[in-house]
Amino acid sequence: MRHWIPCFLLTLAMALPAASARAAAPLLTDISSHLVSVTSSFTGTDLLIFGAIDTVPDAPRGDIVIVVRGPAQDVVVRRKERVAGIWVNSTAFTFKSLPGFYAVAASAPLAEILSASQARRLEVGSENLRFTPEKGLGDPEAPLFKTALIRNRLRDGLFSRETATVSFLGGTLFRANIHIPANVPVGSYTASIYLFRDGDIIEGQTTSLLIQKFGVGRTIFDFAHDQPFFYALIAVLLALLSGWAAALFFRRD
Amino acid sequence: MPIYLPIAEMTVDVFLLLGMGAVIGFLSGMFGVGGGFLMTPLLIFIGVPPAVAVASQANQIVASSVSGVFAHWRRGNVDFKMGLVLLAGGIAGSFVGAGIFTLLEKIGQVELLISLSYVFFLGIIGFMMLFESVGALVKQKRGTMKRRKLHQHTFLHGLPFKMRFRRSKLYISAMLPLGIGFLVGILSAIMGVGGGFIMVPAMIYLLGVPTNVVVGTSLFQIIFVSANVTFLHAVATQTVDAMLALLLLAGAVIGAQFGTRFSSRLRGEYVRGLLALMVVIVCGKMAYDLVATPLDAYSISVIGDE
Repeated sequence: MRHWIPCFLLTLAMALPAASARAAAPLLTDISSHLVSVTSSFTGTDLLIFGAIDTVPDAPRGDIVIVVRGPAQDVVVRRKERVAGIWVNSTAFTFKSLPGFYAVAASAPLAEILSASQARRLEVGSENLRFTPEKGLGDPEAPLFKTALIRNRLRDGLFSRETATVSFLGGTLFRANIHIPANVPVGSYTASIYLFRDGDIIEGQTTSLLIQKFGVGRTIFDFAHDQPFFYALIAVLLALLSGWAAALFFRRD
Repeated sequence: MPIYLPIAEMTVDVFLLLGMGAVIGFLSGMFGVGGGFLMTPLLIFIGVPPAVAVASQANQIVASSVSGVFAHWRRGNVDFKMGLVLLAGGIAGSFVGAGIFTLLEKIGQVELLISLSYVFFLGIIGFMMLFESVGALVKQKRGTMKRRKLHQHTFLHGLPFKMRFRRSKLYISAMLPLGIGFLVGILSAIMGVGGGFIMVPAMIYLLGVPTNVVVGTSLFQIIFVSANVTFLHAVATQTVDAMLALLLLAGAVIGAQFGTRFSSRLRGEYVRGLLALMVVIVCGKMAYDLVATPLDAYSISVIGDE
């Protein structure tokens, strides 16, 4: 029994510096929800990203930049061209590893927080996203397709047109709302939160969250993809039955 | 009330789908057609991916043709022998159609294929019907309606493999219904339609099937062809949204009942003329979309998640 006490003290002694170091970490963050369920009544949701920064008295507070990225996707961009009077898809480029969702939030205009080269390095802003065509890297037309891709994503609401606001509460607490629209792709998302001071990056943290189909929709989707034959069988049987039921119900004799 | 469609991967208002089903059901009950040729373009218009629209629509047609065929069956207006021959052709055709569809979806031309098929077939059928019904109305006014022969003999009646179809009162080559079934099977897989709007005139004008047997027989074979189309799309591309199909169906079944009652109050020529007008409008809209400069010439589609 007596051995326990030194043992406990030792553990405490070891834990203390670690705990105080964590308390002194310049950035503490979390998300309102690490699991977003896309149920059959899903119409989009708001993610609340919040945290606290450790401020030194009389030192500038610093600024927060948040980048939320969805699962990586391969995307084909096609361009319609006029063929015999009709608009037909002709030239196409395939882009690898494009985030399926992308949003940025910041506590001040981005240009005031970080330099252009920092923005490129951290991929802050949709124009700074790094994604390259599978083939035809040096093709002079490739950038056209890249801009078109971003434009399409903006229109679908999957890339945010404007930087969302990170607002400060008092000197140290901050929060930001990121809107997740109804048409988001499911998969694993990351939220990277950066603290900048005087143009330098002080701290960066990345947390992950999962957006998943849930409930009936999930069951139907999984069933359709895992057992397409039986899914088809049930879909057809269901249609036969409901047609038959309707015929019986409205029978006029 | 919004609902998330699991295969289309989009949120739509339930009442919008039920309402669309009801309106199309009403029209299909009124005109005696499946309504697929109106529903598929409408679904694409509200943002359902074309591949999902076509495949789910096929699933819905199974139900609506089952509910329709019973009334005809009770009156003895289904020529099962003719139906089975059409069906044999139809099944073969739907395999070919689904194959073409899957291939073109991979190279990004499936929307073009759907639009072109719509413009071409709706254009032909729409204008033919429009002229026919306007002509009939004009003739009636002048009082010069001639009584037509049961059917006319053409070179089509000289083809081999003759078969007797008792209920249709026909002795014709089996190649004709096989061929028509085959063609309509292809279209059914590509356009997400039952194909009644082609099958019915083809049976009347090319085969000479009596009008009272035509609709029941065409519905009978459409059940199986669209069931096969549903199967092929579900297995090859997983684009059948059963939730979407069920919602459309619920509205369509109710709408169709009112449509049938309403149509008995209208004169046949007017009904056919109105249907023709509608077919021409849908055709015109699709043709315009093909020719008009798109808002954004670039479009994107996700081909894979990592």
